[in-house]
Amino acid sequence: MTLSVEAAVAARRFDVSLSLGPAETIAVLGPNGAGKSTLLSVIAGLLRPDSGRAEVDGRVLFDLPLGAGQGAGSWTAPHRRGIALLAQEPLLFPHLSALENVAFGPRGAGVRKRAARDTARRWLAEVDAGHLESRRPGELSGGQAQRVAVARALAANPGVLLLDEPLAALDIQAAPLLRRLLKRVLAGRRAVIVTHDVLDAYMLADRVLVMEDGRIAEEGPTRELLRRPRSSFAAGLAGLNLVAGTVTAGGIRSAEGLEFAGQHDFPLVPGQAGVAAFPPSAVSVFQNEAHGSPRNSFRVTITDLEPHGDQIRVRAGELSADVTPAASADLGLVPGLDVHFVVKAAAVAIYPA
Amino acid sequence: MTGLLGSRPGSGARRRGGSTAGRPYSGIPAWIIVLAAAGALFGLLPLAAMVARINWPQFIPLVSSEPSLAALGLSLRTAAASTALCVLLGVPLALVLARGRFPGQRLLRSFVLLPLVLPPVVGGIALLYTFGRQGLLGRSLEVAGIQIAFSTAAVVLAQTFVALPFLVVSLEGALRSAGSRYEAVAATLGARPTTVLRRVTLPLVLPGLASGVLLSFARCLGEFGATLTFAGSLQGVTRTLPLEIYLQRETDAAAAVALSLLLVAVAVIVVGLSYRRPGPAGPGSAGRAEPARS
Amino acid sequence: MRPGRQAAALVLAASLAAGLLGCSAAARGGGADRTLTVFAAASLKASFTRLAGEFELRNPGVKVRLSFAGSSELAAQITQGAPADVFASADTTNMAKLSDASLTEGAVQDFATNVLTIAVPASNPAAVSAFGDLARPGVKVVICASQVPCGAAARAVEKAAGAALKPVSEESSVADVLGKVISGEADAGLVYVTDVKAAGDKVRGIPFAEAGQAVNTYPIAALRGGRNKELAAAFMATVTGPDGAKIFSDAGFGAPVG
Repeated sequence: MTLSVEAAVAARRFDVSLSLGPAETIAVLGPNGAGKSTLLSVIAGLLRPDSGRAEVDGRVLFDLPLGAGQGAGSWTAPHRRGIALLAQEPLLFPHLSALENVAFGPRGAGVRKRAARDTARRWLAEVDAGHLESRRPGELSGGQAQRVAVARALAANPGVLLLDEPLAALDIQAAPLLRRLLKRVLAGRRAVIVTHDVLDAYMLADRVLVMEDGRIAEEGPTRELLRRPRSSFAAGLAGLNLVAGTVTAGGIRSAEGLEFAGQHDFPLVPGQAGVAAFPPSAVSVFQNEAHGSPRNSFRVTITDLEPHGDQIRVRAGELSADVTPAASADLGLVPGLDVHFVVKAAAVAIYPA
Repeated sequence: MTGLLGSRPGSGARRRGGSTAGRPYSGIPAWIIVLAAAGALFGLLPLAAMVARINWPQFIPLVSSEPSLAALGLSLRTAAASTALCVLLGVPLALVLARGRFPGQRLLRSFVLLPLVLPPVVGGIALLYTFGRQGLLGRSLEVAGIQIAFSTAAVVLAQTFVALPFLVVSLEGALRSAGSRYEAVAATLGARPTTVLRRVTLPLVLPGLASGVLLSFARCLGEFGATLTFAGSLQGVTRTLPLEIYLQRETDAAAAVALSLLLVAVAVIVVGLSYRRPGPAGPGSAGRAEPARS
Repeated sequence: MRPGRQAAALVLAASLAAGLLGCSAAARGGGADRTLTVFAAASLKASFTRLAGEFELRNPGVKVRLSFAGSSELAAQITQGAPADVFASADTTNMAKLSDASLTEGAVQDFATNVLTIAVPASNPAAVSAFGDLARPGVKVVICASQVPCGAAARAVEKAAGAALKPVSEESSVADVLGKVISGEADAGLVYVTDVKAAGDKVRGIPFAEAGQAVNTYPIAALRGGRNKELAAAFMATVTGPDGAKIFSDAGFGAPVG
């Protein structure tokens, strides 16, 4: 019961092979032009690869042997694949109301108008957009429209959900809301999410796949890959410190009891799950208890030291800091040494999870 | 930054081409406006000159004479039938040209649009060699008992021939600017191609289709050369309003002018309709039809 | 493509220049030049072209400009002030319009006549041999509309023959009628004897007695607005003289009555 894809598109130097479990969400990361959108188009059936084979749950999506001419092999049209696509823009049909947009999938599957509308109402409620059902897409905000688009994709009851940077076009208020919504609805679903944002990968995906130049550069469980990146692209992304925990009045409390104060652009509800994100460059390393503000000062044990550009990356469990080689020598940093990491609150971004 | 290039009225010195209070900056140089006015006059003056020549006391009797009414009725009926035929043939053509990718596509487009630049008489001759009694298809049609020459069907064929490009051009443009992304989304939601066409593509390009239909209808109403060459001229059968005007001019200039005004009035109503259609998707929908991909 | 485009541009430029020159020449053309402008009915095209050639040959330095169109069209143009020295009409009605408006100068002279004939395609598919055959059901007959002279003539001979025609089309010019016969769309058409003669072997003419009931007379007159009165008189003399008679008779025209 898996989705498996092998496909090559010579003109785009695209050659990818991947498989996906029945309830697995993978995030596809990579620089622009790496072939992420091509991958989604191939799976959705909007682009015909030169060769390859794909199956979902034993059903063949396409089977195009190498060297076989046009028309050879088998090919399933997009509408028969049961694979829904959620793009960066909502692309709601402008002439239909929100409700009719969501009912579009069931109607196309032959469900009667009334039953399709009932299904649509359920899904609109699921994405907290029940009150928007009679609005036209032109009357919805970006975030509202994308929520309706999520409901529309899910109402089609897809076997696989493809998401192409679903948060990229949203403003800073709307994105966290939709991210939480996606986390809720993607649980237990098979989905592929293309993203630029390591936070999306961290929060939404079980597994990460990094693409570079039309090929998969590396893949692995999200936390592990972000902690130990091998590809240069993942290394660039993965430097970010991500601490999961519970939202407090001023920030996040991690499972180990560490308190992270930070900035947030939207109301936080204490007690809910959240993430604190900050770059290693915002972390200073001291031998003794912090000077000045006691907040965001943590006693940690160095686990690893590695060069990172012209800096030294100091790792302590899940946290990392960047220091100059001179500072590292002054402080006599070695693995096993106990030090204090101090983070500027201004550099910490708090997200509800 | 917001408002800098927006609709804020100019607060500084007023310059030529500057914005008028409350209206966004248009950027049209003054000399362009002068030329535009000349262009508008060029279109309007001949109409005004014609209206000035109308013999008003005789107008109603002239346009309501039996031959005039027969010609008007025939024109409206044939234009309606031809427009329907244009939709039947033109919508698929526009779809194939806008969405398809096949060898010879550009060539096909050129040939479909050819009647736009062809003198209608040439179109009439071409139709004669196709559907005429001695024509390519005409001979087989005659064997099958179908005679097109000198029938109202010939008028419809001639009008369809010259009006089809108008529908195809309008619709293909609308299809191209609408893009195919909505259709792709609809397909991934499980909709069959016919469902996508009916529920997504056509509603999205409805304004383009509507203006194409109206332009075709107007072109059908004005068709003269191809009809004269191919269909002949007989009251109530093939003599449409333009042919009636041409004939009336031989003996009765007043009648010809009156009928011309009638034709102009019908055309103005039709063209006016095509620019005053209500948006099918409510306010703001047109602007959101094709979000820019950043 | 490139050389082709250049050539096209060249041709365009050349024709534009020629057009401008032509315009200015026409504008300057006045008293001194030896150009005669003749407006003549379309059915006179072949004969008048021949006549003008002979006239130029006999009068070195003289240039005859010919403009052919329907008689009513030409009469309308002259009324609107078109610069012409001589007008030759295919009917008396349109000439009368001009002389009534005092636009002609001197006498109006009849120089030829023309009568209708039945034109059928060379193969004569409907086996037409007499005027009565035109009224047979199934025979596709095309005539001129009664608003134009050839249509009025057709209705007159129809009445004289006592046969009720049911034409499939009533065209606005005799050329359109002939065109429908030549292309085989129509089984028969009523056109002038001269038209059948000019069409060569593409159509056959079937004369009929009743044609004499509607004889079309061709008048010619000099115009008041003309600039070359002497040349106009000389040209009219050629048209009405023995040279003209020969040429018109060759083309199938009849001699003027009386």
